[in-house]
Amino acid sequence: MHLEYQVYEADFVNAGAASSAIKKTLKQLNVSPQIIKRVVVALYEAEVNAIAHAYGGTIYADIEPDKITLKVVDTGPGIPDIDWAMQEGNSTASPEVRNMGFGAGMGLPNIQKNVDKLNVSSTVGVGTTVEMEVNFV
Amino acid sequence: MEKTPFFHALKIDEDTCIGCSRCMKICPTEALRVRDGKAVLMPDRCIDCGNCFKVCPTRSIYIEQDDFEDIFNFPIRVALVPAVFMGQFPNDITVSRIYGILKELGFTHVLETESSIPIYTAAKNKYAAENPDIRPLISTFCPAIVRLIQVKFPGLTENLIPLRAPLDISAMYIRRKIKEELEVKDDQIGIFYITPCAAKIAAVKSPVGEEKSLVDGVINMDSLYNRVYHEIKKQGHNYKEHKLPVSQLSADGVLTSLTNGERRLSDAQHSYSIDEIHNVIEFLEKVENEEIEDVDFLELRACDQSCPGGILTCDNRFLICERVFGRARKIANRERKGEQTKDHELEEERNYLMRHMKVGDINPRSMLVLDDNIAVALEKMKKIDEYRARLPQTDCGICGAPTCDALARDIVCDNAELTDCVFIQRNLEARGNMDVHESLKIMEVIWGKAKMNDYVKKK
Repeated sequence: MHLEYQVYEADFVNAGAASSAIKKTLKQLNVSPQIIKRVVVALYEAEVNAIAHAYGGTIYADIEPDKITLKVVDTGPGIPDIDWAMQEGNSTASPEVRNMGFGAGMGLPNIQKNVDKLNVSSTVGVGTTVEMEVNFV
Repeated sequence: MEKTPFFHALKIDEDTCIGCSRCMKICPTEALRVRDGKAVLMPDRCIDCGNCFKVCPTRSIYIEQDDFEDIFNFPIRVALVPAVFMGQFPNDITVSRIYGILKELGFTHVLETESSIPIYTAAKNKYAAENPDIRPLISTFCPAIVRLIQVKFPGLTENLIPLRAPLDISAMYIRRKIKEELEVKDDQIGIFYITPCAAKIAAVKSPVGEEKSLVDGVINMDSLYNRVYHEIKKQGHNYKEHKLPVSQLSADGVLTSLTNGERRLSDAQHSYSIDEIHNVIEFLEKVENEEIEDVDFLELRACDQSCPGGILTCDNRFLICERVFGRARKIANRERKGEQTKDHELEEERNYLMRHMKVGDINPRSMLVLDDNIAVALEKMKKIDEYRARLPQTDCGICGAPTCDALARDIVCDNAELTDCVFIQRNLEARGNMDVHESLKIMEVIWGKAKMNDYVKKK
């Protein structure tokens, strides 16, 4: 099953809409609550990243009987040093974004904690793609 | 996941139900359908919140209760009365007068449910301190909320505080006390709870996380109200005030039946009080997504204004709130002046009660799961999406399901047909694929023969 959602730059009002929709779907599939929680937390972080740090993007979700694959593709400034960004506390967020309670440098590390597979690829000045996989069993 | 069926206190009287579908439209868990001109309850989805009861124009949704005369099966008859019951009566009718009337009606003992609040609160705060990893903790005071979380938010069942409700604690206490004082056997004591809502009945009849109920019967608040009021009218002005020892309910206890009543007693740093089922659902969606962080405790109540908004209360909920609040204020004044201690007689049994506070696991029983097998569920979901795309999204309810989405789901679960949709019928008729008699027949299956006949006759 394939699902797609759009997110828009600085649209914090609707942050969480995609993860909420995915949650509803997974609940109907009898995926365990603990796994749903991990998917939702990881996707919510990625969703907020695309809204806060990039110029918006698209979320692609593919649900198979044994796993969910999520891809968040944004257009934006990109991440110059992914390894650096993967460490807790490191962030390139602007002061405005930090004032809103985002940009504490916990986003990518938090995603890492909740998914079974993570791949971040980025081109500076073009955008970032975050690919995540969570197994159901 | 829990598989045993829910007991439901809400029943539908098929003889008087006119199949108007008001209940179906209002149900927060989409637990009702219309078939053959009658409302039909889906037991796995119903949480006994009672919204359907409130909107039924023919009072066809009723709440099963025990026969009042059942109390006389027991030599010792205890009325377990929630504080909100006293709030049904105008202020000039005193609590001790109501106690007196309850005794005249046949009860040998009267105990107000919230007498156990100090112990309940201590147990909750202790549980919170011992389980710092479980946050937010969710109160199990309101049984409709417990069921809502089981069916709609299965991921949050572990956040429910697995402790007995005040009603059970009070029942446990009074049984023990009477057994000791009067040296009688268990089966000679009948404890009857006076309920303001259907959910409490369901909780008493099939307690979640417990094997056996601590209460012997349930009497609906509205029916007892009628009996008590009848006595008041008979007495007129010439009644003699019983000087009965009124149980020393604390101000804290009285306030617990109102919104914020539990929250104000909680040790939690960050807590919320939310009443009314749709408000609760909206909030829990966010909690489940972890969009709301740093919440320690949630007091959630299914009814607007909490228990005064219960479906079996007998007056406007805001009036009841004010009376309950007024009583709490008076007690608080007495407590301040030292005329009444905050310690209740239940304190004697604190250790015993605290030891018997835990209930078993509260398991999820999701109503949302399409199939236990993910691959099968995934297939079903694809089909639901296909049907959904063909339905008009008007949520008109003419198909006998509350929404187009519910119909799509019903079709895939073999509980409905795509042709139940009136828009689909019209389209098929226009293309010559269905004649008007066929579509009328479909309507008849959903809305009943009588309705269709009347309609034809009127024409």
